[in-house]
Amino acid sequence: MNLVFVLLLVGAAIVGAVRGDVKAVGQGAFEGASQGVTLAIGLIGVMALWLGLMRVAEKAGLVEKLARAARPVFRPLFPTIPDGHPAISAMLLNIAANMMGLGNAATPFGIKAMEELEKLNPTPGTATNAQVLFLAINTASLQLVPTTVIALRASARSNDPAEVLLPTLLATVCALTVAILAAKLLERVWK
Amino acid sequence: MEVRHAFEIASSWILIVLLVGIPLYGWVKGVKVYEAFVEGAKEGFNVAVRIIPFLVAILAAVGAFRGAGAMDALAKVLAPITGPLGLPAEVLPMALVRPLSGSGALGLLGNIFATPGLGPDSYAGRLGSVLQGSTETTFYVLSVYCGSVGIVRYRHALAAGLLADFTGLTASVIIARMLWA
Repeated sequence: MNLVFVLLLVGAAIVGAVRGDVKAVGQGAFEGASQGVTLAIGLIGVMALWLGLMRVAEKAGLVEKLARAARPVFRPLFPTIPDGHPAISAMLLNIAANMMGLGNAATPFGIKAMEELEKLNPTPGTATNAQVLFLAINTASLQLVPTTVIALRASARSNDPAEVLLPTLLATVCALTVAILAAKLLERVWK
Repeated sequence: MEVRHAFEIASSWILIVLLVGIPLYGWVKGVKVYEAFVEGAKEGFNVAVRIIPFLVAILAAVGAFRGAGAMDALAKVLAPITGPLGLPAEVLPMALVRPLSGSGALGLLGNIFATPGLGPDSYAGRLGSVLQGSTETTFYVLSVYCGSVGIVRYRHALAAGLLADFTGLTASVIIARMLWA
């Protein structure tokens, strides 16, 4: 990540200088910075709502029940997580919300999952294998029906806005498979 | 259209079931639901504040990179190579922006749809649609999720995420070529 950060900034400065528009580089950085704050602040409401509901579900024993039910699916992928651990239910909810296109709910569940996984992390500050795998799954777009794209196609007067549905799903499955394989294979190399 | 509407209705119902079902279930089980909710919700603010530095770092760097026009420059260099492979110059900038900015990529897709001679039913429009739906804003996902727990060393998470994006892109191109070229 250190390398990426430096590459982006140095690349920006070089291209800006060559194109003779250095001002745009600074402007872009400032806009990005305030965008970051806006995004984070915008998350507060949904985050509070879902984390509140999560706590209720936890106290009602629902979280543990869900984790035990999802165990057979998650066991092979996440062997280090104890049975009935809340991390499993949070990951399950995150993935389900992503599949249904409920982005508002997916992020709080994902953060909850990262927090629960962090409790099992012997090296705080460094991602564990389980965390990397969970992140990798999240970087493959899981949404079953790309509603935003279909809506945009419809408003652009496409003859068949939903024709991209199956191709998208197929490409997503490819991306997800590679994400999981990459996380599993690289975990031995990348300590 | 039908599929999308059915799916959106299903999504809304799931939302309502969770929103109403969890507190109701808790109440039946004897949980002090209101107190528990407020206690959990308190965390929301802290989490949002915790991820600010992570988001600012990556989005400022990405903003500078895009502001400088580095994306366009990169696209110009790569277009002669990717064009013959089935990734035309009209879609390439979108493919490059996708891991960095979801809204940016969606804006570029809108441009493709609005360009005379292209539009949503052109090869570029269809490929862009599949691409948008099968890849994710990897940098955003990593900074939010890692930021929320203070992880600064991502290990192979970035590599895995970018590999997934690259696979989504490659698969989109292959599928689009088979169906629409």
